[in-house]
Amino acid sequence: MTEVLARLGAGWILAVRHLGRSLLLLLRILEGVDELLLRPRLLVEQLFSVGVLTVLIIAVSGLFVGMVLSLQGYYILSQFAAESALGVMVAASLLRELGPVVTALLFAGRAGSALTAEIGLMKATEQLSGLEMMAVDPVRRVLTPRFVAGFIAMPLLAALFSALGVLGGWFVGVGLLGVDDGTWWVQMQARIDWNEDLSNGVIKSLVFGFVCTWIAVFQGYNSVPTSAGVSRATTRTVVHSSLAVLGLDFVLTALMFK
Amino acid sequence: MRQGQEVSVAGSRPPDEPVLVKIRGLHFSRGDRKIFDGVDIDIPRGRVTAIMGPSGTGKTTLLKLIGGQLAPDRGTIEVDGLNVHALGRRELYRLRMRMGMLFQSGALLTDLDVFENVAYPLREHTRLSESMLRKLVLLKLEAVGLRGARHLKPAELSGGMARRVALARAMALDPMMIMYDEPFTGQDPISMGVLVKLIRQLNDAARLTSILVSHDVAETCAIADLVYVISGGRVIESGPPEQLRESGSEWTRQFMQGLPDGPVPFHYPAPALEADLFGEAA
Amino acid sequence: MKTSKTVEILVGAFVAAALLALFFLAMKVSNLGTLDTSDTFEVVARFDNIGSLKVKAPVTMAGVEVGRVSSIGFDQERYQAVVKLAIYRRFDRIPDDTFAKILTAGLLGEQYVGLDPGGSDTFLEEGSEIEITQSAMVLEEVIGQFIFGKAKEEKQ
Ligand SMILES: Nc1ncnc2c1ncn2[C@@H]1O[C@H](COP(=O)(O)OP(=O)(O)OP(=O)(O)O)[C@@H](O)[C@H]1O
Ligand SMILES: [Mg+2]
Repeated sequence: MTEVLARLGAGWILAVRHLGRSLLLLLRILEGVDELLLRPRLLVEQLFSVGVLTVLIIAVSGLFVGMVLSLQGYYILSQFAAESALGVMVAASLLRELGPVVTALLFAGRAGSALTAEIGLMKATEQLSGLEMMAVDPVRRVLTPRFVAGFIAMPLLAALFSALGVLGGWFVGVGLLGVDDGTWWVQMQARIDWNEDLSNGVIKSLVFGFVCTWIAVFQGYNSVPTSAGVSRATTRTVVHSSLAVLGLDFVLTALMFK
Repeated sequence: MRQGQEVSVAGSRPPDEPVLVKIRGLHFSRGDRKIFDGVDIDIPRGRVTAIMGPSGTGKTTLLKLIGGQLAPDRGTIEVDGLNVHALGRRELYRLRMRMGMLFQSGALLTDLDVFENVAYPLREHTRLSESMLRKLVLLKLEAVGLRGARHLKPAELSGGMARRVALARAMALDPMMIMYDEPFTGQDPISMGVLVKLIRQLNDAARLTSILVSHDVAETCAIADLVYVISGGRVIESGPPEQLRESGSEWTRQFMQGLPDGPVPFHYPAPALEADLFGEAA
Repeated sequence: MKTSKTVEILVGAFVAAALLALFFLAMKVSNLGTLDTSDTFEVVARFDNIGSLKVKAPVTMAGVEVGRVSSIGFDQERYQAVVKLAIYRRFDRIPDDTFAKILTAGLLGEQYVGLDPGGSDTFLEEGSEIEITQSAMVLEEVIGQFIFGKAKEEKQ
């Protein structure tokens, strides 16, 4: 009994310690942001691996999610003779929830895990130590650009996801199911508020971008420098990011859409 | 327990030879394992000092302590009059710019090619023009015989080549001191000979201070001015190589001559083999 | 750094495409594109009950959106809702005896203001008041009336 309690206690203490350590790391990462402005090339390189390489999966997923939404929405709405609201339903679901959330989940799986693995391997092969001995701060040079790139890339990816989702939904709703084209757009424009729906979605994805990259970068930097350690850290990145995104989404939704 | 046999160089050092790295009462442990248990080392300026000892005694750890990557539990390390572990981040980085380190694994940046790896510290810390930088990098690569390999990625290099590139990178900023962690491992006899000469030349021409960690007794003795032998968390013996070779200490003799039997344990601390093998049954 | 040029181009294209997507979402999907607040004039209408009418609800005439609800207030003396309607300036020929009523879009839909034109020769302009209004239908009242009516019928 006491053993169980002791182990529980130790687990909690470890969790709190990790939280503290990750916060300190975050502070060091943010300290380096001004230096990054002097070296925009580092940011461009990271935007490539975090953003460009993630575009394909985001675009394809967005398209298909929009199409499925339209299909399902049509069956339900047509029972109320409310097909005219199909565009609104598709756009609102994408902008408010699916765009930011699904993008963040895909991002964690595609870009976040890659970030963790890369940083973890750099640690395992002593590249980070090597930088330190060359008087180059690995936090500033390696972690900061990756963190900022993730933070910037997430809302951009989410916007692509939602826009392609709306187009996919339009293709199914208007093109295949015969909803009137004018109704689709006019109803959508009348009901989707740029502030309430669009801006809140962008804010969500900024928050998700911050948290997902923070987790990815921390797990990589904090990984046990062996192949097993790096693979465990990669898994943790995906799991922790997904849970954080879903939890935060609930909180943000509750705060935003009263 | 072997302190009695320790030969001090501190007394015999000429006064005109100031100490660059001064280690006093160093204690360091990893978990429960004590790695250093009161170590005093003086690294004279402008000389090649070798650190030798059996595998796993903490030679790499010692270099990392000197570089400020690890902090000691107790004791001080001074480099060029500065207490490494009392420095702020900025001063520590300024000090590191004057130290080069050759990692046991090379530690090259895997997404840059050989040229860019050597150019990296120059790009980071200087504002040289591109043509000047190119010349400097090519000269350094020439010195390690890898000018032709400049477009290769680290993954395409052999272990020995990678270590030579790392050496070129460590020299890039013309530091006051270079720490070599096992530079000879994985080198064929020819490149080994070249490296030995190179380290000596660098040291003499640029009035560099070199700290050399190595197992290769012959090569090390050929270029070192001073040798420290560490084992069991302590300095066992120190002095010029000739003196060590004629050392009265059984320990040093065993290590220098590579004899399997003697006071140096070949095994990592463990219970007796019989107990381990048959312990479960009993 | 041989590939840095292609990297730069691809990153540029990525950012441009994403900004385009954002622009599309703002102008084509949301109401930002249709929101021209500068080009409106405001008229007032008083209702006994506005139901669940919200600010920014559309104001339509013959099914076409001619404006938006810009604010909703309460008159403490007359116990009425004061609804300000922002009418797009290009609709400058709406008669000033127009009839305003609060309608519901679809079965579960939101409420909006519908205008039925009158026959006057003078038109609505900045600050005019729509005199004739009809309140929102409140479901409980409708049901209440229905039951009341039924009960009366049975009595007779
Ligand atoms: N990150 C670490 N965590 C825990 N223990 C470590 C770590 N790194 C090294 N050690 C332990 O510290 C001791 C000294 O390691 P170190 O790498 O300094 O040895 P070394 O003298 O350089 O050996 P070699 O000659 O084989 O390179 C070893 O016994 C090792 O088990
Ligand atoms: Mg070592």
